[in-house]
Amino acid sequence: MDLLNNLALGFQTALTLQNLAYAFFGTVLGTLIGVLPGLGPVATIAMLLPSIYALDATPALIMLAGIYYGAQYGGSTTAILINVPGESSSVVTAIDGYQMARRGRAGAALAAAGLGSFFAGCVGTIIIAAFAPPLTELAFKFGSAEYFSLMVLGLVGAVVLASGSLLKAIAMIVLGLLLGQINTDVITGTSRFSFDIPELTDGIGFVVIAMGVFGFGEIIANLGQPAEQREVFTKEVKGLWPTREDFKDAWPSVLRGTALGSILGVLPGGGALLASFAAYTLEKKINRNPRVPFGKGAIQGVAGPESANNAGAQTSFIPMLTLGIPPNPVMALMVGAMTIKGIQPGPQVMTSNPELFWGLIASMWIGNLMLIVLNLPLIGIWIKLLTVPYRFLFPAIVVFCCVGTYSLNNNNFDVFLTAGFAVVGYIFYKLGCEPAPLLLGFILGPMMEENLRRALLLARGDWSTFLTRPLSAGLLIAAALMIVVVMLPSIKSKRQEAFQDEA
Amino acid sequence: MKIKSQRDFWSGLMFLVVGGAFAWGAMDYSFGTSARPGPGYFPFGLGIVLAVLGGLVLFKALTLESEGGDPVGDIAWRPLIIIFTAIVIFGLALPRLGLICTLPLTVLLASLAGREFHWRDVLISSTLLTVGSWALFIKGLKLTLPVWPIYFG
Repeated sequence: MDLLNNLALGFQTALTLQNLAYAFFGTVLGTLIGVLPGLGPVATIAMLLPSIYALDATPALIMLAGIYYGAQYGGSTTAILINVPGESSSVVTAIDGYQMARRGRAGAALAAAGLGSFFAGCVGTIIIAAFAPPLTELAFKFGSAEYFSLMVLGLVGAVVLASGSLLKAIAMIVLGLLLGQINTDVITGTSRFSFDIPELTDGIGFVVIAMGVFGFGEIIANLGQPAEQREVFTKEVKGLWPTREDFKDAWPSVLRGTALGSILGVLPGGGALLASFAAYTLEKKINRNPRVPFGKGAIQGVAGPESANNAGAQTSFIPMLTLGIPPNPVMALMVGAMTIKGIQPGPQVMTSNPELFWGLIASMWIGNLMLIVLNLPLIGIWIKLLTVPYRFLFPAIVVFCCVGTYSLNNNNFDVFLTAGFAVVGYIFYKLGCEPAPLLLGFILGPMMEENLRRALLLARGDWSTFLTRPLSAGLLIAAALMIVVVMLPSIKSKRQEAFQDEA
Repeated sequence: MKIKSQRDFWSGLMFLVVGGAFAWGAMDYSFGTSARPGPGYFPFGLGIVLAVLGGLVLFKALTLESEGGDPVGDIAWRPLIIIFTAIVIFGLALPRLGLICTLPLTVLLASLAGREFHWRDVLISSTLLTVGSWALFIKGLKLTLPVWPIYFG
């Protein structure tokens, strides 16, 4: 059994004291930022990237992964207790979870979310372990044309599954791709769009964009909004264990949510967010006569989406680990982290760095176990954190982001550039332009260009090479289908409906 | 002509201008041929695509009705300018004044952007953050950041 051997290697790696410590640190930090509204995993991982210079690759990635799935747990806590989703993927959890909390059933809601997430996390880990090797095999058959088409599919997926205007999202991707063109051309060595500024010839660091747009841009946007009244159900969290009826109601939802989340997580651009929305819709369709109606505190409406977003968070590692293609901004940062550590992301990672690959997977299961311990018995600590006012929080974020950007190259040029992107980020926010597709485009831009040019070179300038090679054609057809499906009037209205609460 | 959606109008204009600028800038680099694409090939194409997309968004903003004109809303000038300044000051001060002086300065400046401002809170924040950052970044992660002002050598 290869799978067992591989997992054994993974657990050997993940269970060393050092790696356990980093997994723990990552999950704690993830829960923390998940609980704190206004600080997401993208900004946090971006802030931490400079620090991983001091670490080995495996503990570094284990820690960053922990932040990502930890944030999914933490985000649901705030959604349930104060109706403020800490993460965008917990938006639907807030609908029924908060109602449960108002009826004094916060404990049951938190337990349903926690246990559902744990189950989903375990399944997600097994799926990664089982499907990564065959996918890697497939990836080795890919030439430049296939990679280019795959990235097109990935970017199209990112837009289709994003919220808001389709046209603007596509434009944001192209803008990201263009920003990625500010660099030195790999083939000819020409420096492009650098305006004779030496720092720009290496390209803009994606951390600069991530921190400027996601970190600072959000701070400015948050400060510009009127103060909100928060109602925290702190005293009423007792009776953590759900009743027998709760279990009976919740477990089918957990199973369905896990299945749905696992599938949607693999899709590019999908990941946790889409999974939770889809799971909520599914639960509403299936449970025609729930014990408690949806929107009034139905436990299914908590268990389903929470399992789905955690499963989705896990399986979104698959395209990143096997193909080296990030399906969402967090994975894009993980790719960046691998590059910092001198590992070329792609199908060869599994064979060239097996400890890293399997250790990361095993650590996810361990991390999920840690999270359930962290979140259920220790819930009181996290609730206390909710009472920290934003006026203490945002100067801390500013300081960490500043130190992070400076230490990228020990150079204040990056700091000034980040200041510029903070303004740009605020403009995007004001104009209703989603920044996530931009970051994806920015990361994939140079890879796409290289593969496009290489494919054209091999095909002697014949663009039809992308359609005559069967694998490449299949991927492009899938991308075209996705756009067509989204444009269909019935789907279009559904899509707007699904993302309505988010806006 | 009436603008039907403010947000779309300005974002369309932004895409159009930025796309055009990139395409125009890419003309400085050799375009090559499809068989041997040069450094200008990809950015030129992308710039044109972005400009066209921007044109489409702009067209939609001028023709399709949207709810309440989709206004951009008030711009939060105060936090925008203060946060921007705080980052720039940080960048200028760190190489000269070191971590010990720069962080309290940044915290103080950034705090001015908030709705409430209390000297006591700023004092607490800046002390905690400066000591914390020193412990985390200098002692813990061994980053080579200037700690003290250069004037003290």
